[in-house]
Amino acid sequence: MADDVLFDHALRLGDDALVMGQRLSEWCGHAPMLEVDLALANIALDLLGQATHFLNLAGEIEGKGRDADALAFHRDVLDFRNCLLVEQPNGDFAQTIARQFLFSNWQELLMREIAAAPEPRLAAIGAKAVKEIAYHAKFASEWVVRLGDGTAESRTRMIAGLEWMWRFVDELFDPMDGAPSRRGEWDARINRTLTEAGLELPKPRRGAMGGRAGHHSEHLGHLLTEMQFLQRAYPGATW
Amino acid sequence: MSAAAELSLKDRIFEILSQVPDPEIPCVSVVDLGIVREVRGQTLVITPTYTGCPATITIEQDIRAALDRGGLSDIRIETTLSPPWTTDWISDEGRERLRAYGIAPPPKGAGKHSVRETTVECPRCGSIHTQEISRFGSTPCKSLHRCLDCREPFDRFKCH
Repeated sequence: MADDVLFDHALRLGDDALVMGQRLSEWCGHAPMLEVDLALANIALDLLGQATHFLNLAGEIEGKGRDADALAFHRDVLDFRNCLLVEQPNGDFAQTIARQFLFSNWQELLMREIAAAPEPRLAAIGAKAVKEIAYHAKFASEWVVRLGDGTAESRTRMIAGLEWMWRFVDELFDPMDGAPSRRGEWDARINRTLTEAGLELPKPRRGAMGGRAGHHSEHLGHLLTEMQFLQRAYPGATW
Repeated sequence: MSAAAELSLKDRIFEILSQVPDPEIPCVSVVDLGIVREVRGQTLVITPTYTGCPATITIEQDIRAALDRGGLSDIRIETTLSPPWTTDWISDEGRERLRAYGIAPPPKGAGKHSVRETTVECPRCGSIHTQEISRFGSTPCKSLHRCLDCREPFDRFKCH
C-alpha cells in the first residue's frame, strides 16, 4: 500500500474510533443506571485506545512529526475523515444504542478483515481491537432486544433511534475500503437481532455521504469545539 | 555475550519484574499478567492488555524504574501489539493470587471465545451458582458478578 493511501486509511480508522469514543464519553455520569454508565465509559475508553494507535500510526506514516494528540487536537472539521454515523448526537438512550448497534457490528467485521491484512502495523492494531469490539457489539445488540421487546415506550424510542441513524448506514459500505463485501454479513447480523427484538428493518432511504471526504454534519464542529478546547487555548499544555 | 550470560540476564530481568505489581490489581505482578513478553539482547518486550487501558503508561514507568533500581538502565523497553495479549498468558500463580484477592480468574484457554457465557466460580465460597451483573466493570479487564449462595458481589477477570 502506498504511504498516502495507508495514511488516509489509518486516519479513517482512527477518526471513526476517536469521534465515537468522544460521543460516548458524553454519557459519563448521565446514563440511566450505574452499570450502563460503566459500560458506555468502558466502550469509549477502548475506542480512544484504538484511536490512539491508529492515529499514531498515521502520524508515523506521514513522517511530519505529528502524533495522535496532534492529529486529534490540531485538525479542523474539514480534515476529519470519520463516517457521519459516529458524529451523530447521542439523543436519548435508544438513539445512542441504535448508533452503537449499527457501528459496532460494522466495526467488528472491518477489524476482523484488517487483522488479516498484509500491512503488519494495521493488522496488529486490528487484532487487538476486534477482541474489544466483540463486547461492544454484544452489549448494543442485547439492549436493542431489551428496548425493542420492552414496553410500548421503549419500543417506540428504539424504532425512532434506528430511523434516525439508518440514513448513515450506506456510507459505511463506501467502496473505498473494499467495503461492499462486508454488507451481506452485516445485514444478516442486524436482521437477526432486529427479529429477536420484534422490530422491522427501517425503510430504505437515500444515504447521507461525505464524511470520508471531510463534508461533515454540523454536529462534528460542536464536538470538536469541546474536545479540542484545551489544546486550542493552551497549545502544547501538559500535566 | 555467551548463551549462559544471556540466560542469566533474562532470569534477572524476570526476577526483578516479578516484584513489580500491576498498578490497578496489585496482588499480581506484571510478569504474572503476561505483560512482560521476552528479552531480546538488550531489549525487553512488553505488551499492553487493552488498547485503552489507562494503566499502560504507569506500567511502563514502573518497569523502567524497577530496571533502573536493579542496575539495568541500559535495557531498552519496546512495546509490541502483536500477537495480541490474551488472558491465557496469565500464570497459574497469578490466577491463584487473583482468586485469593477476591477476583474470579479467567479459566485457562478461554481467551479464544471471550464473549461467550461460561460458568463463573465465586472466589469467596467456590459456588458456581453466580450471576453476571454487568459485563463492564471498574477497569477494562473486569466484569461485575454476584454469588447467589454467599450473596457477595465480586469482580471477574474477563476472558480476553
